[in-house]
Amino acid sequence: MEVTMPELAEASTEIKAKVPGTERHFVRFTRQQRYMHAVLFTTFLGLAGTGLPLRFSDSIWARGMASAVGGFGAILFFHKFCALGLTVAFLIHVKEIFTRGLYLREKGIFWGATSMVANWRDAKDLFAHMRWFVGLGPKPQFERYAYWEKFDYWAVFWGMIVIGFSGYAMWFAPFFARFLPGWALNAALVIHSEEGLLAILFIFSIHFVNTHLRPDSFPMDMVIFTGVESESEFEHKRPREYARMLREGKLEERLGEAPATWFVRFARVVGFTAIFIGVTLLILTLTAYFD
Amino acid sequence: MTKAARIAAFFLAVLVAPAEWLSDRFRIVRNRHLAVLGFIGLALCAVPVRVAAQSECLACHADKTMQDASGHSISVDGEKLSASIHGGLQCNNCHIDIKEYPHPGHIAKVDCKTCHADEGSKLAASVHSSSKEHPCTSCHGNAHEIFPKADARSAVYPLNIPKTCGQCHSDGAMATKKGLPSVYPHYMDSIHGFALSKEGLLVAANCQSCHGSHGILSHTDPKSPTFKSNIPKTCGTCHAKINDNYQAGAHGHGITKGDLKAPVCTDCHTAHAILQPTESKFRMQSTPICGSCHKDKLSTYHDTFHSQLGLLGGYVETARCWDCHGAHEIYPASDPRSPINKANLVVTCGRCHAAANVGFVQYQPHANAHDRKLNPALYFTRLFMNLLLISVLTFFVIHTVLWLVRARLDQVRRKSGNGGDHA
Repeated sequence: MEVTMPELAEASTEIKAKVPGTERHFVRFTRQQRYMHAVLFTTFLGLAGTGLPLRFSDSIWARGMASAVGGFGAILFFHKFCALGLTVAFLIHVKEIFTRGLYLREKGIFWGATSMVANWRDAKDLFAHMRWFVGLGPKPQFERYAYWEKFDYWAVFWGMIVIGFSGYAMWFAPFFARFLPGWALNAALVIHSEEGLLAILFIFSIHFVNTHLRPDSFPMDMVIFTGVESESEFEHKRPREYARMLREGKLEERLGEAPATWFVRFARVVGFTAIFIGVTLLILTLTAYFD
Repeated sequence: MTKAARIAAFFLAVLVAPAEWLSDRFRIVRNRHLAVLGFIGLALCAVPVRVAAQSECLACHADKTMQDASGHSISVDGEKLSASIHGGLQCNNCHIDIKEYPHPGHIAKVDCKTCHADEGSKLAASVHSSSKEHPCTSCHGNAHEIFPKADARSAVYPLNIPKTCGQCHSDGAMATKKGLPSVYPHYMDSIHGFALSKEGLLVAANCQSCHGSHGILSHTDPKSPTFKSNIPKTCGTCHAKINDNYQAGAHGHGITKGDLKAPVCTDCHTAHAILQPTESKFRMQSTPICGSCHKDKLSTYHDTFHSQLGLLGGYVETARCWDCHGAHEIYPASDPRSPINKANLVVTCGRCHAAANVGFVQYQPHANAHDRKLNPALYFTRLFMNLLLISVLTFFVIHTVLWLVRARLDQVRRKSGNGGDHA
């Protein structure tokens, strides 16, 4: 805060944020990463919306939902359609990692401060963070990707492999049956539905709150849509990265432009729609357990 | 017309004798003319004599407004009466206490048993035995307008029977007021009802095809064609081959052995609301019926994709019990005739899964993920997935709740407003 506007050091961030164009913005996500997230959450909502009626087919809402989508045929079609979309996105992402990490020899892909790979600091951050929760220590200073963000990433990564593999095993069962044992076909549904359920419950409750609904980001962290965040937010949320960039003198390399108002509004509508659908599906899932 | 012929012969004889006597006295009259006169006489006399008894009564009872002391119509439509099966009878063949005119003001009730003794005794032994509540006319219609059952005008003509029985066995009608189920609407919406009402199929099962007519017994009576163990035979009257198949299968064996828990036709198809078995409604309703006895199989079936997709409705094709086990000739899996015998599985599964192979049919459609001994691999898979789900969610719910509380407290303490709006 002090760096840019010393005269407002005592003022709240709220006041700062309400004056557009007065703050610098820094790029956090590339355009491709934002598109990837958009494909990920759209297909995920589609998969969840068409998977849940199957998982809880004896619940009171399943049949209504199935017919709303267009009946059983449409349910399977949409589910497979979204699955293919997500598979393509996943493969593009994996290819991107290996291109950047192995072919272009870009630093910080597989290890280091900017990597998604967990390190010792993440474990220390986790414990420090929890000590702070209960008032036993200071708030830890997070790097580019905090431990819960890495967990989100790897949970989705693992989930896509597990759900994807079990899903394709059921889709092309006669083919997979050539080299999988008989019980694996039975296990495929158990794995697919349990892992899918975990993903749904996790994303629609934990991820929504951790990333969007917690007080620091409430009601929605727009950075995944706009790609940029204000300097004060950058510094507040990821002080260790901010300090490192400053120290290395690379902060200015990350300078971006404040997003257009229309785009922020559009992204809000999309984001809130996604959250609304997600929370609705979460509530339906929970009712299926308790009805 | 034999009766009429006899009457004609008598009148001819009477007419011929005076003609010869007349021709002796008046020779100008020739036999040839008298023969012609005789036939004219026959034509004029024979008909009035036959109808004489009815027409005498109809002189009064043709009046459409005629009522007895208690206000019941005692009018008779002479034309319909003479067209009816009883048209050749005289009124007092039935109303036997009327001997002369004028007749007494109060006359006895007609007893159909006088002629129809066999039907009468069957009726007396049936559920409809009370003659006051179930007079013959309640099914056969107006006593003066009864037609043979093969006549489309008859109330007991096959196509009219459901409506006739439905007068009582329908919503809010007599039988249902006495606590009997309303069956007429179910029947009319059934495959039999449609065949009868839409196609006019005379061989389509109507009420009496299964229940009989005069001697209808309760389904709790072992002699009744609708008694549980008699039902396969009753349905088999028309569905002969299916009955043969059923008798060969496990359920048929059960019934033959006297095990009344074994299902008969009506347990799966219902008695009156019988649907086309390929219809989605039937496919939706029947799995729980099998499951009402085979509870463990239903519960493991519910865990499968077959059930999950099937329960959503509309997806008629997903495998239901009988798609794999057979419907009527159900054999144990050990029987080589059974479609779920190991040797037949590729063919059976292949009916839906075109590429089914030996590996594919290792899939267990009734695997129990909760049975450690029977399905160990599946059991531990489920256990691992459940533990993963529960541990991840438990940890992160605690983590997130603590974080939420702390972050809010921190925010309030820093007096930094909502700290949001980071666009």
